[in-house]
Amino acid sequence: MKTFPMGGVHPSENKLSSAKPIEVLPLPEVVNVPLAQHIGAPAVAKVAKGDKVLAGQLIAEAGSFMSANIHAPVSGTVTAVDLVPNGQGLRQMMITIKREGDEWAEGIDRSETLVRECTLSSQEIIARIKEAGIVGMGGATFPTHVKLSIPAGKKAECVIINGVECEPYLTSDHRMMLEHGEEIVVGVTILMKAVGVERAYIGIENNKPDAIAHLTQIAASYPGVEVVPLKVRYPQGGEKQLIAAVTGRQVPPPPALPIDVGAVVCNVSTTYAVYRAVQKRMPLVERVVTVTGKSLKEPRNLLTRMGTPVATLLEAAGGLPDAVCKVINGGPMMGRAMVDLASPVTKGCSGITVMTGRDAERRTASQCIKCAKCVAACPMGLEPYYLSKMTQKKRWDEVEASMITSCIECGCCQSTCPAYLPLLDWVRLGKQTVMGIIRSRAAAGAPKK
Amino acid sequence: MANKLIVSPAPHVQTAQSTARIMRDVVIALLPALVVSTVVFGADVLRVTAISVVACVAFEYLIQKFMFRGPLTISNWSAVVTGVLLSFNLPASIPWWIVVIGAFVAIAVAKMTFGGLGKNPFNPALVGRVFLLIAYPVQMTTWPMPVRSEALDALSGATPLAAVKHGIVGPDGLGVQHLLLGNMPGSLGEVATLALLVGFVYLLWRRVITWHIPVTILVTMAVFAFVAALCEGESGAVLWQLPLFHILAGGAMLGAIFMATDYSTSPMTVKGGVIFAVGIGVITMCIRLWGAYPEGMSFAILLMNACVPLINKYVKPKRFGVK
Repeated sequence: MKTFPMGGVHPSENKLSSAKPIEVLPLPEVVNVPLAQHIGAPAVAKVAKGDKVLAGQLIAEAGSFMSANIHAPVSGTVTAVDLVPNGQGLRQMMITIKREGDEWAEGIDRSETLVRECTLSSQEIIARIKEAGIVGMGGATFPTHVKLSIPAGKKAECVIINGVECEPYLTSDHRMMLEHGEEIVVGVTILMKAVGVERAYIGIENNKPDAIAHLTQIAASYPGVEVVPLKVRYPQGGEKQLIAAVTGRQVPPPPALPIDVGAVVCNVSTTYAVYRAVQKRMPLVERVVTVTGKSLKEPRNLLTRMGTPVATLLEAAGGLPDAVCKVINGGPMMGRAMVDLASPVTKGCSGITVMTGRDAERRTASQCIKCAKCVAACPMGLEPYYLSKMTQKKRWDEVEASMITSCIECGCCQSTCPAYLPLLDWVRLGKQTVMGIIRSRAAAGAPKK
Repeated sequence: MANKLIVSPAPHVQTAQSTARIMRDVVIALLPALVVSTVVFGADVLRVTAISVVACVAFEYLIQKFMFRGPLTISNWSAVVTGVLLSFNLPASIPWWIVVIGAFVAIAVAKMTFGGLGKNPFNPALVGRVFLLIAYPVQMTTWPMPVRSEALDALSGATPLAAVKHGIVGPDGLGVQHLLLGNMPGSLGEVATLALLVGFVYLLWRRVITWHIPVTILVTMAVFAFVAALCEGESGAVLWQLPLFHILAGGAMLGAIFMATDYSTSPMTVKGGVIFAVGIGVITMCIRLWGAYPEGMSFAILLMNACVPLINKYVKPKRFGVK
């Protein structure tokens, strides 16, 4: 069975909610919609306090090419456009809407009827995706229209759909594939048309045999679309790992991009959003969020409007236990621990994972025993123990030469360390510092050219 | 929401392994050999092992307590591992005070001088053993005969390696079954080849070590012995008996499985590990065939230990996306 070429780990999968169908979370009374829910420039607010908005109406416009539109997730009145703490406690511009009913903007088709045919041109498809404000929903939140706009001189050869969901606990993509398989496959054909390729591969890990079977059956009637079962191994859902697993090609180190090996990668939930945007004119205002954790009474997969407070989702899953816990926005390998549970669900939030007791705590670090498990686990072929040590010594030249910028921050090294060293904490610091050095070098060198 | 929240950067998953668990697993993997050795040589085996373990742990404790004055880490079991491995490198008849000196050299000189676990460049147990071998050559090479020694009288107290080296017997002079089950003179841990292999399987199963270093060492030794036999004009059964003899006799198994795989004294990459292992195999065989000592495993490992920083510097893992 196919997989990526080096490193990786296999943490306990804990897919507690994989058998739970997607349920619609009741609409929240108030939503907070951040202007920055994507990589790149924040969107620019188009509404002001007191404005009435309809669900699906554009409320903030992409701030630059590398940015994304934002639409009202509910209908109601804008009560504020102001700084509100996000999940990490940082104050961020958000549009607050007090919900009134559920009135939708015109032209949006909310029916479940499948629309298979797409007669639009590549540019028209990308324009609709841009208009709908779609970004990568697997967590990276890279604006999809940017990804689909192939730079001059580059050529796409295939579309790869990420149905891997290698993060432990999370099941939202799994449920999407089971419940919206046909729409996803139509979305794949739309993406193929957008970038002008004849082949698409849907990579799914082998721990989801039902999704593999379901999509394989559907894909049979769509020429060029193929489901590729993959061996279960984290971080297979990493873009570079997935491309290598499916095509055998390795994306060269930064600044190279997936398109340099002819691949355009898109997550399954994003693909579904693309289908709805292009065929139904539906902007990205809702998504499926897995609310999970061993201590929750009822782990669930909830169809949630953007801007809904995380606390509302936790209540819907039976509420937090009385113990001290860690609430993670995302999965346990790459998700961010939250400090503010009133903060909103955003486009990149695939799950809320709750951990308690020993799982929630970092164990005390001891000294490195040179076991080399971090080196063996690194999917990028780096030496985390060395990068961490050199970062502590501020040996930036050495850190850069050891390719720290290739690090994808998957956390394999730290999760596998028997001495519980905070390897990735150091590597992240080193990587940011080195990227800063590279940027300032480029800025200093630019005028001479 | 009155809950107290724990906040830390990702990843939020930690391995079930720990330093202490790994070290404990190594001790568990050594137990079958300890049992076999006790059967072969009698209760002296337990006496030597106990003295060695107690002395190693005590020296580590005293140094941390009164010289480092830092955190005490004897609970991570690493001193126990050194203690057991040191005793496995000694004859069962060794006087107790020599064991204590060996433990001192292993822990105080070879390990704590460099900062303790993970920082020592040379395998502590082997430094202890080699020190004793040079300082107390008579006691260190006086081998007690196994309790049940019928069919072995020809060896008259020489280890199989020494007996073969000095032409007392041929490589087929000792049955393979004796080599496997440990019915031969030798140091505590090296006699029970089969039991060491059981420990190897356990370590692989618990993911404490990978197969690369041990297997590469043994294959290198076998190939080297085979080629050496060919060059000397041998033919027939000797061509497979000599390689088999060399990987079963002496410290080959103990060294390959438990000493060369020591984390801090072996390279950080698989490729580096293979280079390291080939070096150990070649040096061991050179000493065994042409050197002054009948056994060369410990010297070979220590010599290659010295090369590890260099190997780590020049042998990098294959980077993703770099051709």
